Amino acid sequence: MRARVFVTLKPSVFDPQGRTIADALHSLGYSSVEDVRQGKYFELDLATTEAAQARALASEVADKLLANPVIESYRVEVE
Amino acid sequence: MKIAVIVFPGSNCDHDAYHAATDVLGESADLVWHKDADLKGADVVVLPGGFAHGDYLRTGAMARFSPIMREVQAFASRGGPVLGICNGFQVMLEAGLLPGAMLRNRDLKFLCEHVHIRVEQIDTPFTAACRRGQVLTIPIAHGEGNYFAEPDVIARLEKNRQIVFRYTTAGGEVTEAANPNGSAASIAGICNEARNVVGLMPHPERACESILGSADGLVIFQSVMQSLKSGALVGGTRQA
Repeated sequence: MRARVFVTLKPSVFDPQGRTIADALHSLGYSSVEDVRQGKYFELDLATTEAAQARALASEVADKLLANPVIESYRVEVE
Repeated sequence: MKIAVIVFPGSNCDHDAYHAATDVLGESADLVWHKDADLKGADVVVLPGGFAHGDYLRTGAMARFSPIMREVQAFASRGGPVLGICNGFQVMLEAGLLPGAMLRNRDLKFLCEHVHIRVEQIDTPFTAACRRGQVLTIPIAHGEGNYFAEPDVIARLEKNRQIVFRYTTAGGEVTEAANPNGSAASIAGICNEARNVVGLMPHPERACESILGSADGLVIFQSVMQSLKSGALVGGTRQA
């Protein structure tokens, strides 16, 4: 199965890169883009056919390595 | 005094630390490869600056899996003095030796300049020879030195007097303009609760000779020499 892990900065954490991207979009005329938050995306190929197992494994590696819980949170999708 | 300077793939201030320890201070030092499993009887461990493991994923994130880090963790938990400089500080945060995390600098620029830091605490092995409130001129060189921790963690650091260095003006005043990277509470360096593990973003090892623009970093290394001689330090490999 494939798991997708989306890692984003927690809402309480300022994202200077996202802000700069938003500013760039505004200078391109996209004034309706109110805010941008930048994150990371991981695709994990897993040797399991069980969705629950895949989700648990992806969450475990996100907790241990892919995300830093001090500043980041994550979301897992499996297919 | 014997210093172990840990060398990760991508470390690039390891020789600066080695030079400061040996050529400037006349002490003995070893460069210890990250795959080694032995600190070679060191009294002090330095995690140097650079880009350990290419800073892949996050700064310092991979280095905590290097075999030598088990020894560094054990050394630190025995009370041995450990100094993390710049990327070494980032490694400490990822390894859980110190609380918090680093974000990109507030203005996204890589900053390479001399800054002023005020010594807030002098009861750590790396500040014992300082005066409280002493302002040091030390260079920084980082893109991700914007220290972050949740407000309750910052409050705990304040309460436990774990904020060891803050960015200030030359006169020792904490101002927003004197905070180069946006760090919470102008934090330039912190220690653990036991006070033997200290991490800071500025580079004292690059400020040990006046020809380099400042010799203010010497006092950090003199502090740990003094602490070891006075027997103020417990733990470490020698005492274990």
